[in-house]
Amino acid sequence: MMTKATTRTMTGAEMVVQALKDQGVEVVFGYPGGAVLPIYDAIFQQNDIRHILVRHEQAAVHMAEGYARSTGRPGVVIVTSGPGATNAVTGLTDALMDSIPVVVLSGQVPTFMIGTDGFQEADTVGITRPCTKMNWLVKDTARLSGVIHQAFHVATRGRPGPVLVDIPKDVQFATADYTAKPDPLVAHYQPQVQGDSAAIARLVELMETAERPVFYTGGGVINSGPEASRLLRELVAATGFPITSTLMGLGAYPASGKAWLGMLGMHGLYQANLAMHGCDLMINVGARFDDRITGRIKDFSPHSTKVHIDIDPSSTNKVIHVEVPIIGDVANVLTAALALWRARGARVNRAALAAWWQQIEAWRARDCLAFRPSDKVIKPQYALQRLEALTRGRDRYITTEVGQHQMWAAQYLGFEEPNRWMTSGGLGTMGYGFPASIGVQVAHPDALVINVAGDASWLMNMQEMGTAMQFRMPVKQFILNNERLGMVRQWQQLLHGERYSQSWSESLPDFVKLAEAFGAHGAQVTDPARLDNAILKMIDSDGPFILDCRVEKHENCYPMILSGKPHNEMVMGEVEGEGAIGARGAVLV
Amino acid sequence: MTRLNIKKGSTSHSAYELRDPNAELIETHTLAVLVDNESGVLARVIGLFSGRGYNIESLTVAEVDHLGHRSRITVVTSGTPQVIEQIKAQLARIVPVHEVHDLTVEGPSVERELALIKVAGRGEARIEALRLAEIFRANVVDSTLESFVFEMTGTSEKIDAFAELMRPLGLREIARTGVAALSRGA
Repeated sequence: MMTKATTRTMTGAEMVVQALKDQGVEVVFGYPGGAVLPIYDAIFQQNDIRHILVRHEQAAVHMAEGYARSTGRPGVVIVTSGPGATNAVTGLTDALMDSIPVVVLSGQVPTFMIGTDGFQEADTVGITRPCTKMNWLVKDTARLSGVIHQAFHVATRGRPGPVLVDIPKDVQFATADYTAKPDPLVAHYQPQVQGDSAAIARLVELMETAERPVFYTGGGVINSGPEASRLLRELVAATGFPITSTLMGLGAYPASGKAWLGMLGMHGLYQANLAMHGCDLMINVGARFDDRITGRIKDFSPHSTKVHIDIDPSSTNKVIHVEVPIIGDVANVLTAALALWRARGARVNRAALAAWWQQIEAWRARDCLAFRPSDKVIKPQYALQRLEALTRGRDRYITTEVGQHQMWAAQYLGFEEPNRWMTSGGLGTMGYGFPASIGVQVAHPDALVINVAGDASWLMNMQEMGTAMQFRMPVKQFILNNERLGMVRQWQQLLHGERYSQSWSESLPDFVKLAEAFGAHGAQVTDPARLDNAILKMIDSDGPFILDCRVEKHENCYPMILSGKPHNEMVMGEVEGEGAIGARGAVLV
Repeated sequence: MTRLNIKKGSTSHSAYELRDPNAELIETHTLAVLVDNESGVLARVIGLFSGRGYNIESLTVAEVDHLGHRSRITVVTSGTPQVIEQIKAQLARIVPVHEVHDLTVEGPSVERELALIKVAGRGEARIEALRLAEIFRANVVDSTLESFVFEMTGTSEKIDAFAELMRPLGLREIARTGVAALSRGA
C-alpha cells in the first residue's frame, strides 16, 4: 500500500494527511479540538480522506473497531489532547483485549508546555501505555511521518492491536522532510508467522489417531484474514472433526456447516461444551483460553492432548498447559498442516470418529436452546430467532452491546462468513455496539447493518444518533428492551438472593420519540404477533431506525456455566423436559 | 446437566474464579532485557510487572550501546515456573524489546551488585567495622574520624551479609545498585 519513498518538505499536519493517504486510509473517525487544529486544517484542504465527525471520542474508537473488524484494515481515529485522549481510553482497551488494529492520532499541548499542567494537557502516552500495543510521543517533526508509518506497521503485524501517536501542536506546525517509510529506529518489529515444522508434524500425527477430536477456534482465525477461514473450512471438511468457536471467532466456520457445534463457553451450547470436556484432542486455532471459556481450570478438558496455534507466544501456557504450542499465523500454520496431513495420506481414525459424532448428536438432541414460548409477550430468544429467519440469506453485519442480548445473539443468530460479527468480547464494553455499527456501515455503505442491543447498553453511546443522521448511515438499532440490566439482574437472581441492587432502568426514554427527535424513524413492538412486521419495517427503512422491542423482563440466559464450574456442570434452561417447544420448533411457530 | 440449586443469598459463587490456580513453588530468576533506548520503554516494562501482578526484586537499567541505541535492563523476579515463562513471553512481545534472556536457566552466569554503606562509630566498633570490611574486600571510599563509607561489589547475598554485620556497629545508610548480570563464557 505504501507508495515509493518520496522526500518533500511539509508541515507536521500535512505529514499526517500524507502518511494516512500513503497507508491507503480512506476514512478517519474523529473530533476536533485546540491541539489538533493544524491537522483539521490540513484535512479541510483535501478530498482523499473522508472524516466522520463523532459525538464522543469513545465512540470514535468503537467506530474504528467496527470498521477494522468488518474489513480487516486498520481503523483510524483523530482526537484532541486532554479529554479527547482520555475519552478514547475505553476504546483503546477494548481494541487491545480483542486484538483489533486501530491507529489513534492525538493532539498534545506544544512541546515547551508539556509538564506545566497546560490547558487540556494530559500525560497521554502515560495514560494509554497499558491500553495500547505501542504508543509514541513525537517531539520532532522530522520523525513524525516515520513514526506514523511504524504505527500502522505495529498495529497490523503479529497479533493486531491499538496504537497511539501523540503529536504536540508545535510539531504539527513545524516543517520537515516527509518520509514514506517506517522510522528505521523502530522498524525491527517482525513477529514470527511461520509455525515450527516439528510442532506441526506433531499436530498431524495427533490428528491421524485422535478418537475424539475437536477444533476450538477463535478471533485469531478472523484476524489472520479470509484465507485462514477458507483453510479452516477445508481442514474441517477433509477431516470430519467437529468444530466449536469462541464468541470472537463466530463466522470463521459457517453456522450452517455440517461439523458446527455452536459457540462454547459460559453461555455456550451443551454439545460444544461437552465436546470440549470429553475430547481427547483439542486443536485450539487462534483462541486464548479465556476464563469465560475454561470455567474451572483444574477440570478443564481433563483427558485431552492440547494443541494451540497462536501468533502471540504469551498466549500459550498462560492459563492452560498445552502439550503442542505452535507459534505462527493461523493461515500459514493451517496451510502447512493441511499439506503435511495430505502428504502422509490424509488419515483419520474413521471408526472412532463415527462413535464420537454419535455421542455429540446425542448431546445435541437435548436442544439446549429450547425456551418456553409465549403468545402474550415477546421472548428475547424468539425475537432473535425471527431476526435470523427474516434476514437469512442476506449478507448482513451484526454488532452487539454487552449483556444477555449479546449472548442470545451469539446463540440464535447464524454467521456464514467471517467479519460479519462485531462484539466486545474481552473487555465487555457496554456502549460498543451502536458506534461499531456506524463504523461497519461506513465501510459497507450498502450492507444491512444491525446492532442487537439492550436498553441499558444502548443508552451509553446514544449521542451517536447525531453521527448516524449527519452521515446518513442507515444502521438498524434492534433494542431488546427489558427495562433491566438483564445480565446483572440474572446474576443477582441466581447468586445474590434475588436482591436486585440497581439493576433496573428507571426513566427510560421513549425510543420512538428519541429517534424522531434526531430526525430518524423508530417503532415499538410488544405483541409477538406483530414482531415480524416490525422487524421487516426496520430492515426496509432507508435511514437509521430504532426498533424498541419490548421483551419479557425476567428471562434468563441459558445454558450457563457458573464461574468456577467445569464444562460438564452446565445449568440448563427452565423448560427442559416440560414439553417445551425446541429452538428449531419455535422457528416454525 | 444439573439444575441450578443454589441457596438464596449464597456467596459461594462469584463472577470470577477466586482461587489461585498457581499456588506452586516460587522460583527466582534473573532476566536480561535488551531494549531500544527511547523514552517510555522502562515505564512499559515496569508497567507490565505492576499491571499483571509480577514481582520485581531488583531492577537495573542503563544504556549499553550508544551507537546502537540500546539499553540493558536486568531484572530479578520471582514466581512459579508458569509465571516466569509468562513474564518472559510478555516482555518479548513489547515492541521496543529486542531480546530477553533468562540467565538463571541459560547456563552459568555471573551476577554482581555494588553497594555503598555508611557506618558511623568510634573506638572498638569502628575498628571492628574496618576489620570486617577487609574480610569482605570492601573499599573505604570516604572517611571521617567518626564514619566510613564502604564500597563493595559482590552477589546480593554477600552484600546482605555485610550489611547485617554492620548493623550493630553503627550502620547509617546503604545505597545499592541492584543486580547486573552476564552469562559466562564467550
